[in-house]
Amino acid sequence: MSTVTEKKVFAAPSLLKDNLFHFCPGCHHGLVHRLAAEAIDQFDLGSKAIGVIGVGCGVLLYDYLAIDCCEAPHGRAPAVATGIKRANPESFVFTYQGDGDLAAIGTSEIFHTANRQENITVIFVNNSVYGMTGGQMAPTTLPGQKTTTTPAGRKPAGDGYPINAAELIASLKGTAYAARVSCHDHAHIRKARQAMRRAFQAQVENRGFALIEVLSACPTNWRLSPQQSVKRIEEEMIPTFPLGVYKDF
Amino acid sequence: MTEKQLLKGSVALARGAIDAGCRFYFGYPITPQNDIPEYLSAALPAVGGVFIQAESELASINMVLGAAAAGEMAMTSSSGPGISLMQEGLSYLAGSELPAIVVNISRSGPGLGGIAPTQGDYMQATRGGGHGDYRLIVLAPNSAQEMYDLAGEAFRLAFRYRNPAMILGDAILGQMKEPVQLKDPLPPPEDKPWALSGAKNRPPRLVKSLYLKDGEMTVHNLKLLDKYNALKENEVKVEVDCPPRCGLVVVAFGSCSRIVRTAVDRIRKRGYNVGLVRPITLFPFPEKAVRQSAASSGRVLVVEMNTGQMVDDVRLACDGNSKIYFKGYPGGAVPTPEQIEAEIENIMGRGGLQACQQ
Repeated sequence: MSTVTEKKVFAAPSLLKDNLFHFCPGCHHGLVHRLAAEAIDQFDLGSKAIGVIGVGCGVLLYDYLAIDCCEAPHGRAPAVATGIKRANPESFVFTYQGDGDLAAIGTSEIFHTANRQENITVIFVNNSVYGMTGGQMAPTTLPGQKTTTTPAGRKPAGDGYPINAAELIASLKGTAYAARVSCHDHAHIRKARQAMRRAFQAQVENRGFALIEVLSACPTNWRLSPQQSVKRIEEEMIPTFPLGVYKDF
Repeated sequence: MTEKQLLKGSVALARGAIDAGCRFYFGYPITPQNDIPEYLSAALPAVGGVFIQAESELASINMVLGAAAAGEMAMTSSSGPGISLMQEGLSYLAGSELPAIVVNISRSGPGLGGIAPTQGDYMQATRGGGHGDYRLIVLAPNSAQEMYDLAGEAFRLAFRYRNPAMILGDAILGQMKEPVQLKDPLPPPEDKPWALSGAKNRPPRLVKSLYLKDGEMTVHNLKLLDKYNALKENEVKVEVDCPPRCGLVVVAFGSCSRIVRTAVDRIRKRGYNVGLVRPITLFPFPEKAVRQSAASSGRVLVVEMNTGQMVDDVRLACDGNSKIYFKGYPGGAVPTPEQIEAEIENIMGRGGLQACQQ
């Protein structure tokens, strides 16, 4: 008789709830949620994490992560996070924002929060389109990309160029950490995991403002299959939004 | 601590907030309220508090929202255009049931308007100037003492009802210096089982105003309505000074009520009875006091430093049962007691005044 010893080598993060995600097939929000949950676990922050959730597809984060959460008005998550963190410096405060939230309506708040060296972590999901409202042009929409409000494709003259948030935030003196990662394959997810940990570490060590921008797929509003969407990130998004660590403490 | 000091209204208010336990201020400069942030930028750090000059009023009100979500006593102050920008945040504070104080040292408008004393923001304050079905608690001081006292009262009400409260003043109240009796600090607000602190040894908490599921929002709106009805039932504050056989009751609030007070006193010195009703809470509005005073005199004069805003609430309170007159001084025009005295005489006529002789 031989005995079989089981060794657990993989498990869901402890804070990830058992609820079904409302996200569309091929959407990367679920992955980003998981990476955040893993980082919370790694630094043992479950009992002091407070998520500030922007308006967009990520707004229901509190249905999936078992932590304290606060909704913020569209674009204002960094200001709300500032209030929470100043009121309770012992807590771990992160925002979860999409591209419309952070790079259009919330540009003022994100810039000045970084500039004040607020000790918070920003998780910025960039999928180059407004997801929840049905696929309108985002500040990160690529030139030529067709959306429901740029039916002929985005024209930089008039519609504007895509905004590179990670680089802009890295240029501010108050920023401790700024990086752009992608979730489109395993190798990149591993790098994203490392960057997420680093962005959390910045706050744990009181280094100041940290931002991680995650390139993410929105197959539904891109009118592409999940496989085609992954290819689009690789071939079209990354050339416009180069991956890398733009600032590190 | 309980001494008397000669304080400017704005400083009295700021001091009152600190004595009430407020430790968080977030604001953006705008005239004529800059004395408040300037005072607090030194006074709050001195008591271990936090002062942030934000990049905009949008940021200010949302920093207030964050500190309130963490259970702290937080406030901001502004004027006209800045208060307009804060309406989004006020709606979220009301929807999320968070306590906070917003001070409006009003300026005239619309638009950039002017900085002279005015009462043109009554509607914005009392109707819930942001989107959705909500109300603010609105307090209207008329002296430096009340600027001090009502700061504490606003925090008490905001925490008791978990609803944002506004203090509505103007440049007269902000700038004039009067003796103020300071008070002992208030005890901190009771247990806050809703405040975010991290889910340590308890289930996670959620501060939100999004209700998408079928019927959820109706339930939430009715819950808020219960709160507004409880405010109307329990928290009305009003000064009523109506002697017997009043031929006329004058209704005025805030700085304007001080001028009306002088006018009414002058008429009374001449031997005629004219009443004065001064709402201190604008929401909840003192409907009953206005209705009863109006019913006993039959005639009401509403005096405001605007083109006619509170007069609508007076009409609603009287429900067609009294004759309502209105005299407005908009755009920074401040009436003299003589002007108001003349207006009262004009309405009453010689015969009318004699009928209410003392």
